[in-house]
Amino acid sequence: MSAHNIAVVYRKELTEALRDRRTLISTIVVPLLLFPVMIVGFASVASMLVDKAKEESPKVMILGGGDSPAVIAELKKVEKVEIIPSAANWKDQVINKEVLAVVDIPQGFQSELTQQKEETVKIYIYGGELKSGLAADKIEKHLDEYRDTVVKDRLSANHLPVAALTPFKVDRQNVAPPEKVGGAAIGGLIGYMVILLCMTGAMYPAMDLTAGEKERGTMETILSSPISRTDLVLGKFLLVLSASLATAALSVISMGLSFWAAQHFHALNFGDSSDPNTLHIQIVPWAAVSVFLMAIPIAVLFSAALFTIALFAKTYKEAQSYLTPMTFLILIPAFAAMLPGVDLTPKLALVPILNVSLLCKELVASTYHWNFIAIIFASTCVYAAAALFIAIKMFQRESVLFRS
Amino acid sequence: MSAFSCPYSDAGFSQRGPIVIEARGLCKSFQDKKRGEIRAVDHVSFTARPGQIYGLLGANGAGKTTALRMLATILEPTAGTATVCGHDVIDAPEKVRANIGFLSTATALYPRLTAQEMVEYFGRLNGLGEPALKKRINEIFARLDMNAFRDRRCDKLSTGMKQKTSIARTLVHDPPVMIFDEPTLGLDIMTARTITAFIRECRDNGKTVIFSTHIMSEVEKLCDTIGIIQSGKLLTEGTLAELRAKHGEQDLEEIFVKVVAPHYVSEGAS
Repeated sequence: MSAHNIAVVYRKELTEALRDRRTLISTIVVPLLLFPVMIVGFASVASMLVDKAKEESPKVMILGGGDSPAVIAELKKVEKVEIIPSAANWKDQVINKEVLAVVDIPQGFQSELTQQKEETVKIYIYGGELKSGLAADKIEKHLDEYRDTVVKDRLSANHLPVAALTPFKVDRQNVAPPEKVGGAAIGGLIGYMVILLCMTGAMYPAMDLTAGEKERGTMETILSSPISRTDLVLGKFLLVLSASLATAALSVISMGLSFWAAQHFHALNFGDSSDPNTLHIQIVPWAAVSVFLMAIPIAVLFSAALFTIALFAKTYKEAQSYLTPMTFLILIPAFAAMLPGVDLTPKLALVPILNVSLLCKELVASTYHWNFIAIIFASTCVYAAAALFIAIKMFQRESVLFRS
Repeated sequence: MSAFSCPYSDAGFSQRGPIVIEARGLCKSFQDKKRGEIRAVDHVSFTARPGQIYGLLGANGAGKTTALRMLATILEPTAGTATVCGHDVIDAPEKVRANIGFLSTATALYPRLTAQEMVEYFGRLNGLGEPALKKRINEIFARLDMNAFRDRRCDKLSTGMKQKTSIARTLVHDPPVMIFDEPTLGLDIMTARTITAFIRECRDNGKTVIFSTHIMSEVEKLCDTIGIIQSGKLLTEGTLAELRAKHGEQDLEEIFVKVVAPHYVSEGAS
């Protein structure tokens, strides 16, 4: 093994990679754009859409209520709601989204109310449809207020204080510091994204340096040079690893900046900022650094695994068809860590990918279980070393290099 | 260039020189799922000396490429061995490769490197230090008239420029042995002529040259010793004059057909 030769191969592969558009996009552009677009863009677009939906005046139909003019008058006071006359095909109108909500007032509602009999007002909606739900919310809120005034009137008629209704209150308060809240809320997602990007960063160079080399006919050229195959595969592997780590580093940096920007410009509103119960998400720099450190062995594992698989392919296209199913295989454990209730246990700490993903969740929350960190780091290093060993062995095999 | 002359008919020189390439019972078998074991090269032995062009003549699939790939240590023999400049292809493949320049239609250039970067890369892999490499590249680029496109990327080069770059790549470490595997395959006449002129120049510079082709005229014009290969077996060997005497034919094509016909199995027939 010669460090000089490995460095020569690495330098040449780097020169070529920096001139390859596909590699540049997957390694640099995607991680730099993904987080800002996802965090700032998606959050602001989503809140804009919700605001817009709230601003609209939804069409609401009232069924019955002819004998309850006071209730109808109350409903007509609801702001930004257009009351339309009742129609027999109201159900179809809801399904066709012509009417967003239908209020069904039972016969003799008002007189029942004065006799203090229990009655039910039905609101028909299109389940799962955001706008329909918002329209129903408006109506319901107003009806609740109306009910409260009825209750208050009844209490005062019986000379009872309003406080008699609420002997005590329940108040929920967040005591977790902002960074812990952040970890619980989005830690799983961050681990998932970093793992995903480690893989996408390694994918194109892995294909380019193996199947791409065969396809372009340069494999025989390089194999006729005096460099040993081990040096060659190590030089190539280091380039794939660099691309993977560059993607991970850029994604962590971009993620940090996006959150900072999102908070700075209040795009990430989880509620009123003056309310103490609002979630203030904050990622401390050290958490970002530790996520990146954990990404190193996983990047080695991905780089070596993707490299080996792509090496079997004769063409770029064939390599793509091998690596696409691999993507799912890697993403399933990474995704599993986002499920609620899945937390680190000694057994799960040995499951590759899932362990790192779960650990990232804790690291983002600034929780350091050092024994887990040690197990996960060590086991991932072992998997990575095994994958690299297989990559080197496969590169020595004629049946793989000259598959026909 | 201090090119010394080595007349085509003067077999004396080649007999006098030391043996640089020696193949001893080279075999290569592949496993095929449908056809079982395939013997691509079957006990091939020959020798080549400096200032001599050894031509391996054979039809497609005769085993030329596999034999030359074994000499270049790209493939490992399943039996037998070969030495190049005293180094064994199995025991010291890296030393063998340091002594050869290998050129075939399958040895393409890196499309995203410039002509100069391509040659530099192979110079460095051959252990040339930076000052020596710079000097050597300037020398080769001037000699092959490549300075006009030295900073142009290989994917933007014409076929002729690509061939020159490939030649520069094989020459950068000034190897004593040159192996050409069907180097003119698919090239137009003018580009092919650059290659044949280059092969002759290598011979004239005292290099040991092995050259494979299925084109009779190239063999007649270039080779000092001719080996005819079919079904992985080296069927006959000698100078053109010797082959004519041995097989009683004047035309090389007639000799080839006479030698190969009993062994010929058309591709896909087996």
